Amino acid sequence: MARLVRLYMHYAGISIRSQMQYRASFAMAAAGHLVVTGFGFAALAVLFRRFGSLVEWSLHGVAVLYGITHVAFALAEAFARGFDVFPAMVRDGSFDRLLLRPLSTAFQVAASEIQLMRIGRLTQGLAVLGWALATGGFSLGLAHWLLVPLAILGGACLFSGLFVLSGVLSFWTIETLEVVNTVTYGGVEATQYPLSIYRPWFRHLFTFVVPLACVNFLPGAALMGMPERAGAPEWCLWLAPFAGVLFLLASLQVWRVGVRHYTSTGS
Amino acid sequence: MRPYIAVLSANFRMMLQYRAAAFAGAVTQVFWGLIRVMVFEAFYRSSSLVHPMGLDEVVDYVWLGQAMLLLTTFGPDPHIREMIRSGNVAYELTRPTDLYGFWYVRCLAARTAPVILRAVPQLLIAGLFFGLRAPASPASGAAWIASTLAAMLLSAAFGAVISITLLWTISGEGASRFLPAVSWLLSGNIIPLPLFPEWAQGVLNVLPFRGLADTPFRIYMGHIGPGEALLPILHQVVWAAAFVLFGRWLLARAMRRVVVQGG
Repeated sequence: MARLVRLYMHYAGISIRSQMQYRASFAMAAAGHLVVTGFGFAALAVLFRRFGSLVEWSLHGVAVLYGITHVAFALAEAFARGFDVFPAMVRDGSFDRLLLRPLSTAFQVAASEIQLMRIGRLTQGLAVLGWALATGGFSLGLAHWLLVPLAILGGACLFSGLFVLSGVLSFWTIETLEVVNTVTYGGVEATQYPLSIYRPWFRHLFTFVVPLACVNFLPGAALMGMPERAGAPEWCLWLAPFAGVLFLLASLQVWRVGVRHYTSTGS
Repeated sequence: MRPYIAVLSANFRMMLQYRAAAFAGAVTQVFWGLIRVMVFEAFYRSSSLVHPMGLDEVVDYVWLGQAMLLLTTFGPDPHIREMIRSGNVAYELTRPTDLYGFWYVRCLAARTAPVILRAVPQLLIAGLFFGLRAPASPASGAAWIASTLAAMLLSAAFGAVISITLLWTISGEGASRFLPAVSWLLSGNIIPLPLFPEWAQGVLNVLPFRGLADTPFRIYMGHIGPGEALLPILHQVVWAAAFVLFGRWLLARAMRRVVVQGG
Protein backbone atom coordinates (compact mmCIF):
# COMPACT_ATOMS: atom_id res chain seq x y z
CA MET A 1 0.00 0.00 0.00
CA ALA A 2 2.77 2.44 0.95
CA ARG A 3 4.51 1.51 -2.26
CA LEU A 4 1.38 2.35 -4.25
CA VAL A 5 1.07 5.72 -2.56
CA ARG A 6 4.71 6.50 -3.30
CA LEU A 7 4.29 5.44 -6.91
CA TYR A 8 1.16 7.55 -7.23
CA MET A 9 3.05 10.57 -5.89
CA HIS A 10 5.73 9.93 -8.46
CA TYR A 11 3.20 9.77 -11.30
CA ALA A 12 1.52 12.91 -9.97
CA GLY A 13 4.84 14.71 -9.80
CA ILE A 14 5.55 13.96 -13.44
CA SER A 15 2.08 15.01 -14.47
CA ILE A 16 2.29 18.28 -12.58
CA ARG A 17 5.76 19.10 -13.85
CA SER A 18 4.64 18.55 -17.43
CA GLN A 19 1.64 20.85 -16.96
CA MET A 20 3.89 23.49 -15.42
CA GLN A 21 5.95 23.65 -18.59
CA TYR A 22 3.22 25.83 -20.04
CA ARG A 23 2.66 28.09 -17.09
CA ALA A 24 0.68 30.80 -18.89
CA SER A 25 -1.55 28.26 -20.58
CA PHE A 26 -2.12 26.51 -17.24
CA ALA A 27 -2.98 29.78 -15.52
CA MET A 28 -5.40 30.64 -18.31
CA ALA A 29 -7.08 27.25 -18.15
CA ALA A 30 -7.42 27.33 -14.36
CA ALA A 31 -8.71 30.90 -14.38
CA GLY A 32 -11.06 29.98 -17.20
CA HIS A 33 -12.52 27.17 -15.11
CA LEU A 34 -12.92 29.53 -12.19
CA VAL A 35 -14.77 32.11 -14.29
CA VAL A 36 -16.97 29.59 -16.11
CA THR A 37 -18.13 27.89 -12.92
CA GLY A 38 -18.38 31.30 -11.25
CA PHE A 39 -20.88 32.37 -13.91
CA GLY A 40 -22.91 29.29 -13.09
CA PHE A 41 -23.29 30.44 -9.52
CA ALA A 42 -23.97 34.02 -10.57
CA ALA A 43 -26.84 32.68 -12.66
CA LEU A 44 -28.18 30.82 -9.64
CA ALA A 45 -28.05 34.01 -7.57
CA VAL A 46 -29.92 35.88 -10.32
CA LEU A 47 -32.70 33.27 -10.25
CA PHE A 48 -33.04 33.46 -6.48
CA ARG A 49 -33.16 37.25 -6.68
CA ARG A 50 -36.04 36.97 -9.09
CA PHE A 51 -38.00 34.11 -7.48
CA GLY A 52 -37.04 34.38 -3.80
CA SER A 53 -36.82 30.66 -3.11
CA LEU A 54 -36.77 27.27 -4.78
CA VAL A 55 -39.74 25.38 -3.34
CA GLU A 56 -38.64 25.21 0.33
CA TRP A 57 -34.95 25.82 -0.30
CA SER A 58 -33.13 29.08 0.24
CA LEU A 59 -30.14 30.25 -1.79
CA HIS A 60 -27.89 29.13 1.05
CA GLY A 61 -29.36 25.65 1.09
CA VAL A 62 -28.97 25.25 -2.66
CA ALA A 63 -25.46 26.69 -2.41
CA VAL A 64 -24.51 23.83 -0.06
CA LEU A 65 -25.66 21.27 -2.64
CA TYR A 66 -23.96 23.23 -5.40
CA GLY A 67 -20.69 23.41 -3.45
CA ILE A 68 -20.65 19.72 -2.56
CA THR A 69 -21.32 18.68 -6.16
CA HIS A 70 -18.71 20.93 -7.69
CA VAL A 71 -15.97 20.10 -5.18
CA ALA A 72 -16.64 16.38 -5.60
CA PHE A 73 -16.67 16.63 -9.39
CA ALA A 74 -13.47 18.70 -9.44
CA LEU A 75 -11.72 16.04 -7.35
CA ALA A 76 -12.96 13.28 -9.65
CA GLU A 77 -11.89 15.25 -12.71
CA ALA A 78 -8.45 15.81 -11.23
CA PHE A 79 -7.81 12.22 -10.17
CA ALA A 80 -9.85 10.02 -12.50
CA ARG A 81 -9.57 11.99 -15.73
CA GLY A 82 -7.16 9.34 -17.00
CA PHE A 83 -10.18 7.17 -17.75
CA ASP A 84 -11.50 9.91 -19.98
CA VAL A 85 -8.42 9.86 -22.22
CA PHE A 86 -8.34 6.08 -21.98
CA PRO A 87 -10.25 5.46 -25.26
CA ALA A 88 -7.24 6.96 -27.06
CA MET A 89 -5.00 4.36 -25.36
CA VAL A 90 -7.17 1.57 -26.70
CA ARG A 91 -7.26 3.06 -30.16
CA ASP A 92 -3.52 3.47 -30.56
CA GLY A 93 -2.63 0.29 -28.69
CA SER A 94 -0.64 1.93 -25.90
CA PHE A 95 -2.87 0.13 -23.39
CA ASP A 96 -0.85 -3.01 -24.19
CA ARG A 97 2.14 -1.44 -22.51
CA LEU A 98 0.15 -1.00 -19.31
CA LEU A 99 -0.76 -4.68 -19.32
CA LEU A 100 2.91 -5.65 -19.24
CA ARG A 101 3.62 -3.83 -16.02
CA PRO A 102 3.22 -5.54 -12.65
CA LEU A 103 0.61 -3.06 -11.44
CA SER A 104 -3.14 -2.93 -11.65
CA THR A 105 -4.32 -1.36 -14.89
CA ALA A 106 -6.94 0.79 -13.16
CA PHE A 107 -4.19 2.30 -11.00
CA GLN A 108 -2.02 3.09 -14.00
CA VAL A 109 -4.81 4.62 -16.01
CA ALA A 110 -5.95 6.74 -13.08
CA ALA A 111 -2.41 7.92 -12.42
CA SER A 112 -1.65 8.61 -16.08
CA GLU A 113 -3.17 12.07 -15.95
CA ILE A 114 -3.73 14.33 -12.99
CA GLN A 115 -5.32 17.54 -14.08
CA LEU A 116 -4.23 20.39 -11.92
CA MET A 117 -6.24 23.01 -13.78
CA ARG A 118 -9.39 21.63 -12.14
CA ILE A 119 -8.26 23.73 -9.21
CA GLY A 120 -10.44 26.49 -10.67
CA ARG A 121 -13.66 24.55 -10.17
CA LEU A 122 -12.44 23.25 -6.81
CA THR A 123 -11.70 26.75 -5.49
CA GLN A 124 -15.03 28.08 -6.63
CA GLY A 125 -16.95 25.14 -5.17
CA LEU A 126 -15.14 25.43 -1.84
CA ALA A 127 -15.78 29.16 -1.72
CA VAL A 128 -19.51 28.73 -2.34
CA LEU A 129 -19.75 25.88 0.15
CA GLY A 130 -17.79 27.79 2.81
CA TRP A 131 -19.88 30.90 2.30
CA ALA A 132 -23.14 28.96 2.51
CA LEU A 133 -22.20 27.03 5.65
CA ALA A 134 -20.78 30.10 7.40
CA THR A 135 -23.62 32.52 6.70
CA GLY A 136 -26.60 30.23 6.18
CA GLY A 137 -27.56 30.08 9.84
CA PHE A 138 -27.81 26.29 9.90
CA SER A 139 -27.40 24.65 13.31
CA LEU A 140 -24.48 22.35 12.68
CA GLY A 141 -23.12 19.88 15.24
CA LEU A 142 -19.88 17.95 15.04
CA ALA A 143 -21.64 15.14 13.20
CA HIS A 144 -22.81 17.59 10.54
CA TRP A 145 -19.30 18.88 10.03
CA LEU A 146 -18.15 15.30 9.51
CA LEU A 147 -20.94 14.69 7.05
CA VAL A 148 -19.71 17.44 4.70
CA PRO A 149 -16.33 15.86 3.83
CA LEU A 150 -18.01 12.46 3.78
CA ALA A 151 -20.52 13.62 1.18
CA ILE A 152 -17.72 15.17 -0.87
CA LEU A 153 -15.68 11.98 -0.67
CA GLY A 154 -18.70 9.88 -1.66
CA GLY A 155 -19.41 12.23 -4.54
CA ALA A 156 -15.81 12.17 -5.76
CA CYS A 157 -15.89 8.36 -5.68
CA LEU A 158 -19.18 8.26 -7.55
CA PHE A 159 -18.07 10.60 -10.32
CA SER A 160 -14.79 8.67 -10.54
CA GLY A 161 -16.85 5.50 -10.90
CA LEU A 162 -18.73 7.11 -13.80
CA PHE A 163 -15.45 8.00 -15.48
CA VAL A 164 -14.31 4.39 -15.02
CA LEU A 165 -17.53 3.09 -16.57
CA SER A 166 -17.27 5.43 -19.55
CA GLY A 167 -13.70 4.18 -19.97
CA VAL A 168 -14.89 0.57 -19.84
CA LEU A 169 -17.23 1.24 -22.74
CA SER A 170 -14.22 1.81 -24.95
CA PHE A 171 -13.28 -1.86 -24.60
CA TRP A 172 -16.34 -2.55 -26.74
CA THR A 173 -16.63 0.55 -28.87
CA ILE A 174 -14.02 3.06 -29.91
CA GLU A 175 -16.65 5.71 -30.49
CA THR A 176 -16.57 8.27 -27.74
CA LEU A 177 -20.05 8.23 -26.40
CA GLU A 178 -21.36 11.71 -25.89
CA VAL A 179 -24.37 10.12 -24.25
CA VAL A 180 -22.24 9.30 -21.19
CA ASN A 181 -21.94 13.04 -20.62
CA THR A 182 -25.63 13.14 -19.78
CA VAL A 183 -24.95 11.40 -16.45
CA THR A 184 -21.59 13.03 -15.68
CA TYR A 185 -21.97 16.67 -16.69
CA GLY A 186 -25.74 16.33 -16.66
CA GLY A 187 -25.44 14.88 -13.16
CA VAL A 188 -23.46 17.88 -11.99
CA GLU A 189 -25.99 20.23 -13.55
CA ALA A 190 -28.92 18.37 -11.99
CA THR A 191 -27.50 17.95 -8.48
CA GLN A 192 -26.78 21.66 -8.15
CA TYR A 193 -30.47 21.80 -7.24
CA PRO A 194 -32.39 19.74 -4.69
CA LEU A 195 -33.47 16.51 -6.33
CA SER A 196 -36.98 16.83 -4.94
CA ILE A 197 -37.84 19.45 -7.59
CA TYR A 198 -37.59 16.97 -10.44
CA ARG A 199 -40.15 14.57 -11.87
CA PRO A 200 -40.26 11.03 -10.42
CA TRP A 201 -38.56 9.20 -13.32
CA PHE A 202 -35.66 11.63 -13.14
CA ARG A 203 -35.37 11.32 -9.36
CA HIS A 204 -35.34 7.56 -9.63
CA LEU A 205 -32.64 7.64 -12.31
CA PHE A 206 -30.35 9.66 -10.06
CA THR A 207 -31.20 7.69 -6.91
CA PHE A 208 -31.24 4.07 -7.93
CA VAL A 209 -29.33 3.85 -11.22
CA VAL A 210 -26.69 6.53 -10.70
CA PRO A 211 -26.96 7.19 -6.95
CA LEU A 212 -26.05 10.87 -7.08
CA ALA A 213 -28.85 11.66 -4.63
CA CYS A 214 -26.99 9.67 -1.96
CA VAL A 215 -23.93 11.91 -2.04
CA ASN A 216 -25.71 15.18 -2.42
CA PHE A 217 -29.41 15.61 -1.80
CA LEU A 218 -29.79 13.14 1.07
CA PRO A 219 -26.81 14.32 3.17
CA GLY A 220 -27.73 17.87 2.14
CA ALA A 221 -31.20 17.46 3.64
CA ALA A 222 -29.61 16.24 6.88
CA LEU A 223 -27.27 19.25 6.91
CA MET A 224 -30.18 21.65 6.44
CA GLY A 225 -31.88 20.05 9.43
CA MET A 226 -34.86 19.01 7.35
CA PRO A 227 -34.50 15.25 7.05
CA GLU A 228 -38.26 14.89 6.66
CA ARG A 229 -38.04 16.48 3.19
CA ALA A 230 -35.74 13.82 1.85
CA GLY A 231 -38.49 11.18 1.83
CA ALA A 232 -36.23 8.62 3.52
CA PRO A 233 -35.56 7.55 7.14
CA GLU A 234 -33.00 9.74 8.86
CA TRP A 235 -30.30 7.10 9.40
CA CYS A 236 -30.36 6.62 5.64
CA LEU A 237 -29.24 10.19 5.05
CA TRP A 238 -26.15 9.73 7.19
CA LEU A 239 -25.06 6.48 5.60
CA ALA A 240 -26.00 7.47 2.05
CA PRO A 241 -22.57 8.87 1.03
CA PHE A 242 -21.10 5.38 1.29
CA ALA A 243 -23.17 4.50 -1.77
CA GLY A 244 -20.62 6.53 -3.75
CA VAL A 245 -17.78 4.37 -2.47
CA LEU A 246 -19.71 1.20 -3.28
CA PHE A 247 -20.44 2.55 -6.76
CA LEU A 248 -16.73 3.09 -7.38
CA LEU A 249 -15.88 -0.43 -6.14
CA ALA A 250 -18.55 -1.91 -8.41
CA SER A 251 -17.26 0.13 -11.34
CA LEU A 252 -13.76 -1.23 -10.75
CA GLN A 253 -15.18 -4.76 -10.88
CA VAL A 254 -16.75 -3.95 -14.24
CA TRP A 255 -13.38 -2.55 -15.30
CA ARG A 256 -11.80 -5.91 -14.50
CA VAL A 257 -14.33 -7.70 -16.69
CA GLY A 258 -13.52 -5.21 -19.43
CA VAL A 259 -9.79 -5.82 -19.20
CA ARG A 260 -10.34 -9.57 -19.42
CA HIS A 261 -12.42 -8.99 -22.53
CA TYR A 262 -9.76 -6.78 -24.14
CA THR A 263 -8.06 -7.81 -27.32
CA SER A 264 -5.38 -5.54 -28.69
CA THR A 265 -5.84 -3.73 -31.96
CA GLY A 266 -2.43 -5.17 -32.79
CA SER A 267 0.40 -3.82 -34.94
CA MET B 1 -19.10 35.23 -55.44
CA ARG B 2 -18.71 31.76 -56.89
CA PRO B 3 -15.70 30.70 -54.76
CA TYR B 4 -17.56 31.69 -51.59
CA ILE B 5 -20.55 29.59 -52.52
CA ALA B 6 -18.21 26.70 -53.28
CA VAL B 7 -16.59 26.95 -49.83
CA LEU B 8 -19.98 27.17 -48.19
CA SER B 9 -21.36 24.10 -49.92
CA ALA B 10 -18.16 22.06 -49.47
CA ASN B 11 -18.14 22.77 -45.73
CA PHE B 12 -21.83 22.02 -45.55
CA ARG B 13 -21.43 18.65 -47.21
CA MET B 14 -18.52 17.79 -44.93
CA MET B 15 -20.56 18.58 -41.81
CA LEU B 16 -23.44 16.50 -43.08
CA GLN B 17 -21.14 13.48 -42.91
CA TYR B 18 -21.30 13.59 -39.14
CA ARG B 19 -24.95 12.70 -38.83
CA ALA B 20 -24.51 10.14 -36.03
CA ALA B 21 -22.51 12.58 -33.93
CA ALA B 22 -25.17 15.21 -34.50
CA PHE B 23 -27.89 12.81 -33.40
CA ALA B 24 -26.01 11.87 -30.22
CA GLY B 25 -25.46 15.56 -29.57
CA ALA B 26 -29.15 16.25 -30.03
CA VAL B 27 -30.11 13.54 -27.52
CA THR B 28 -27.66 14.93 -24.97
CA GLN B 29 -29.01 18.42 -25.43
CA VAL B 30 -32.61 17.27 -25.05
CA PHE B 31 -31.69 15.64 -21.72
CA TRP B 32 -29.98 18.85 -20.68
CA GLY B 33 -33.03 20.85 -21.72
CA LEU B 34 -35.29 18.62 -19.61
CA ILE B 35 -33.20 19.38 -16.52
CA ARG B 36 -33.45 23.09 -17.18
CA VAL B 37 -37.18 22.99 -17.84
CA MET B 38 -37.77 21.15 -14.55
CA VAL B 39 -35.63 23.67 -12.65
CA PHE B 40 -37.65 26.57 -14.06
CA GLU B 41 -40.92 24.79 -13.31
CA ALA B 42 -39.82 24.51 -9.68
CA PHE B 43 -38.83 28.17 -9.50
CA TYR B 44 -42.19 29.22 -10.94
CA ARG B 45 -43.98 26.98 -8.42
CA SER B 46 -42.16 28.79 -5.61
CA SER B 47 -43.27 32.29 -6.46
CA SER B 48 -46.71 33.75 -6.98
CA LEU B 49 -45.45 37.11 -8.27
CA VAL B 50 -45.90 38.14 -11.88
CA HIS B 51 -42.65 37.85 -13.80
CA PRO B 52 -41.57 39.49 -17.05
CA MET B 53 -41.92 36.10 -18.69
CA GLY B 54 -44.45 33.32 -18.12
CA LEU B 55 -43.41 29.70 -17.57
CA ASP B 56 -44.70 28.70 -21.03
CA GLU B 57 -42.47 31.32 -22.58
CA VAL B 58 -39.46 30.24 -20.54
CA VAL B 59 -40.01 26.65 -21.67
CA ASP B 60 -40.02 27.77 -25.33
CA TYR B 61 -36.92 29.84 -24.62
CA VAL B 62 -35.05 26.90 -23.06
CA TRP B 63 -35.80 24.58 -25.99
CA LEU B 64 -34.85 27.13 -28.60
CA GLY B 65 -31.69 27.75 -26.60
CA GLN B 66 -30.78 24.06 -26.60
CA ALA B 67 -31.48 23.75 -30.31
CA MET B 68 -29.40 26.80 -31.24
CA LEU B 69 -26.71 26.23 -28.61
CA LEU B 70 -23.86 25.99 -31.11
CA LEU B 71 -24.45 29.56 -32.24
CA THR B 72 -23.24 30.78 -28.85
CA THR B 73 -20.30 28.44 -28.35
CA PHE B 74 -18.07 29.96 -30.96
CA GLY B 75 -14.43 29.03 -30.72
CA PRO B 76 -11.84 29.55 -33.43
CA ASP B 77 -12.44 27.71 -36.69
CA PRO B 78 -10.49 24.42 -36.30
CA HIS B 79 -9.18 24.47 -39.87
CA ILE B 80 -7.89 28.00 -39.63
CA ARG B 81 -6.28 27.15 -36.30
CA GLU B 82 -4.52 24.17 -37.84
CA MET B 83 -3.32 26.25 -40.79
CA ILE B 84 -1.93 28.93 -38.52
CA ARG B 85 -0.12 26.38 -36.36
CA SER B 86 1.40 24.50 -39.25
CA GLY B 87 2.22 27.57 -41.29
CA ASN B 88 0.02 26.43 -44.17
CA VAL B 89 -1.81 29.70 -43.75
CA ALA B 90 0.72 30.98 -46.31
CA TYR B 91 -1.14 29.07 -49.02
CA GLU B 92 -4.26 31.03 -48.18
CA LEU B 93 -2.47 34.20 -49.21
CA THR B 94 -1.91 32.92 -52.72
CA ARG B 95 -5.60 32.42 -53.41
CA PRO B 96 -7.14 34.91 -55.79
CA THR B 97 -9.96 35.72 -53.38
CA ASP B 98 -10.39 38.20 -50.60
CA LEU B 99 -8.94 36.42 -47.55
CA TYR B 100 -11.34 37.84 -45.00
CA GLY B 101 -14.36 36.94 -47.12
CA PHE B 102 -13.01 33.45 -47.55
CA TRP B 103 -12.53 32.93 -43.82
CA TYR B 104 -15.84 34.52 -42.98
CA VAL B 105 -17.69 32.13 -45.24
CA ARG B 106 -15.78 29.25 -43.72
CA CYS B 107 -16.88 30.33 -40.22
CA LEU B 108 -20.42 30.83 -41.45
CA ALA B 109 -20.53 27.28 -42.78
CA ALA B 110 -19.03 25.91 -39.57
CA ARG B 111 -21.70 27.76 -37.55
CA THR B 112 -24.76 26.99 -39.63
CA ALA B 113 -24.41 23.39 -40.82
CA PRO B 114 -24.13 21.73 -37.38
CA VAL B 115 -26.73 24.06 -35.91
CA ILE B 116 -29.29 23.16 -38.54
CA LEU B 117 -28.41 19.48 -38.26
CA ARG B 118 -28.95 19.46 -34.50
CA ALA B 119 -31.78 21.96 -34.31
CA VAL B 120 -34.25 20.15 -36.56
CA PRO B 121 -34.47 16.88 -34.56
CA GLN B 122 -34.39 18.77 -31.27
CA LEU B 123 -37.17 21.17 -32.17
CA LEU B 124 -39.24 18.21 -33.38
CA ILE B 125 -38.71 16.19 -30.18
CA ALA B 126 -39.29 19.21 -27.95
CA GLY B 127 -42.38 20.21 -29.92
CA LEU B 128 -43.92 16.74 -29.91
CA PHE B 129 -43.16 15.67 -26.34
CA PHE B 130 -41.84 18.45 -24.16
CA GLY B 131 -44.01 21.51 -24.44
CA LEU B 132 -42.32 23.65 -27.10
CA ARG B 133 -45.07 25.67 -28.78
CA ALA B 134 -45.25 26.74 -32.42
CA PRO B 135 -44.32 30.35 -33.28
CA ALA B 136 -46.86 32.83 -31.95
CA SER B 137 -48.14 33.64 -35.46
CA PRO B 138 -47.04 33.15 -39.07
CA ALA B 139 -45.64 36.68 -39.00
CA SER B 140 -43.68 35.89 -35.83
CA GLY B 141 -42.39 32.74 -37.49
CA ALA B 142 -41.18 34.68 -40.52
CA ALA B 143 -39.53 37.33 -38.35
CA TRP B 144 -37.94 34.54 -36.28
CA ILE B 145 -36.36 33.03 -39.39
CA ALA B 146 -35.00 36.42 -40.41
CA SER B 147 -33.64 37.00 -36.93
CA THR B 148 -32.07 33.52 -36.78
CA LEU B 149 -30.28 34.21 -40.07
CA ALA B 150 -29.00 37.47 -38.60
CA ALA B 151 -27.84 35.56 -35.51
CA MET B 152 -25.87 33.22 -37.78
CA LEU B 153 -24.22 36.17 -39.53
CA LEU B 154 -23.34 37.66 -36.14
CA SER B 155 -22.02 34.40 -34.76
CA ALA B 156 -19.82 33.88 -37.83
CA ALA B 157 -18.45 37.43 -37.50
CA PHE B 158 -17.52 36.68 -33.88
CA GLY B 159 -15.92 33.40 -34.90
CA ALA B 160 -13.91 35.10 -37.63
CA VAL B 161 -12.51 37.68 -35.20
CA ILE B 162 -11.52 34.93 -32.76
CA SER B 163 -9.88 32.91 -35.52
CA ILE B 164 -7.92 35.95 -36.64
CA THR B 165 -6.61 36.63 -33.13
CA LEU B 166 -4.89 33.24 -33.42
CA LEU B 167 -2.40 34.92 -35.74
CA TRP B 168 -1.09 36.57 -32.57
CA THR B 169 -1.75 34.05 -29.82
CA ILE B 170 -1.55 30.72 -31.72
CA SER B 171 -3.06 28.63 -28.91
CA GLY B 172 -6.31 30.54 -28.55
CA GLU B 173 -6.55 28.98 -25.11
CA GLY B 174 -7.59 32.21 -23.44
CA ALA B 175 -10.23 33.48 -25.82
CA SER B 176 -11.78 30.09 -26.48
CA ARG B 177 -12.30 29.48 -22.77
CA PHE B 178 -13.59 32.86 -21.65
CA LEU B 179 -15.74 33.92 -24.54
CA PRO B 180 -18.20 31.03 -24.60
CA ALA B 181 -18.81 31.50 -20.87
CA VAL B 182 -19.40 35.20 -21.31
CA SER B 183 -21.67 34.73 -24.28
CA TRP B 184 -23.67 31.94 -22.62
CA LEU B 185 -24.55 34.15 -19.71
CA LEU B 186 -25.10 37.39 -21.66
CA SER B 187 -26.94 35.89 -24.64
CA GLY B 188 -29.61 34.34 -22.43
CA ASN B 189 -28.55 30.72 -22.78
CA ILE B 190 -28.26 30.11 -19.03
CA ILE B 191 -31.15 32.30 -17.91
CA PRO B 192 -33.58 34.13 -20.21
CA LEU B 193 -32.46 37.74 -20.33
CA PRO B 194 -35.84 39.21 -19.26
CA LEU B 195 -35.41 37.46 -15.89
CA PHE B 196 -32.24 39.41 -15.10
CA PRO B 197 -32.62 42.33 -12.65
CA GLU B 198 -33.98 45.61 -14.03
CA TRP B 199 -30.69 47.46 -13.70
CA ALA B 200 -28.95 44.97 -16.00
CA GLN B 201 -31.49 45.23 -18.82
CA GLY B 202 -30.12 48.44 -20.33
CA VAL B 203 -26.62 47.01 -20.70
CA LEU B 204 -27.86 43.64 -21.95
CA ASN B 205 -29.94 45.37 -24.62
CA VAL B 206 -26.97 47.24 -26.02
CA LEU B 207 -24.39 44.44 -25.92
CA PRO B 208 -24.13 42.27 -29.03
CA PHE B 209 -24.66 38.95 -27.22
CA ARG B 210 -28.45 39.04 -27.07
CA GLY B 211 -28.46 38.96 -30.86
CA LEU B 212 -27.17 35.38 -30.72
CA ALA B 213 -30.08 33.92 -28.78
CA ASP B 214 -32.41 36.21 -26.90
CA THR B 215 -33.59 38.28 -29.87
CA PRO B 216 -34.69 35.44 -32.17
CA PHE B 217 -36.22 33.47 -29.27
CA ARG B 218 -38.37 36.32 -28.06
CA ILE B 219 -39.51 37.06 -31.59
CA TYR B 220 -40.48 33.39 -32.01
CA MET B 221 -42.81 33.39 -29.01
CA GLY B 222 -44.20 36.85 -29.72
CA HIS B 223 -42.60 38.31 -26.60
CA ILE B 224 -41.32 40.81 -29.15
CA GLY B 225 -44.24 41.19 -31.57
CA PRO B 226 -43.65 40.96 -35.33
CA GLY B 227 -44.39 44.69 -35.58
CA GLU B 228 -41.61 45.60 -33.15
CA ALA B 229 -39.14 43.07 -34.49
CA LEU B 230 -37.46 45.36 -37.00
CA LEU B 231 -35.35 47.29 -34.53
CA PRO B 232 -33.93 44.22 -32.68
CA ILE B 233 -33.07 42.60 -36.01
CA LEU B 234 -31.37 45.81 -37.06
CA HIS B 235 -29.40 45.66 -33.80
CA GLN B 236 -28.17 42.20 -34.79
CA VAL B 237 -27.22 43.26 -38.30
CA VAL B 238 -25.41 46.39 -37.15
CA TRP B 239 -23.34 44.41 -34.65
CA ALA B 240 -22.58 41.77 -37.28
CA ALA B 241 -21.42 44.50 -39.67
CA ALA B 242 -19.31 46.07 -36.91
CA PHE B 243 -17.58 42.76 -36.19
CA VAL B 244 -17.02 42.16 -39.89
CA LEU B 245 -15.32 45.55 -40.22
CA PHE B 246 -13.29 44.93 -37.08
CA GLY B 247 -12.24 41.49 -38.34
CA ARG B 248 -11.21 42.95 -41.70
CA TRP B 249 -9.13 45.62 -40.02
CA LEU B 250 -7.54 43.07 -37.70
CA LEU B 251 -6.67 40.74 -40.54
CA ALA B 252 -5.16 43.56 -42.59
CA ARG B 253 -2.96 44.48 -39.64
CA ALA B 254 -1.91 40.88 -39.13
CA MET B 255 -1.03 40.49 -42.79
CA ARG B 256 1.25 43.52 -42.68
CA ARG B 257 3.46 41.82 -40.12
CA VAL B 258 3.17 38.22 -41.23
CA VAL B 259 6.46 36.45 -41.87
CA VAL B 260 6.30 33.19 -43.74
CA GLN B 261 9.18 30.92 -42.84
CA GLY B 262 10.23 29.05 -45.90
CA GLY B 263 11.29 25.53 -46.57
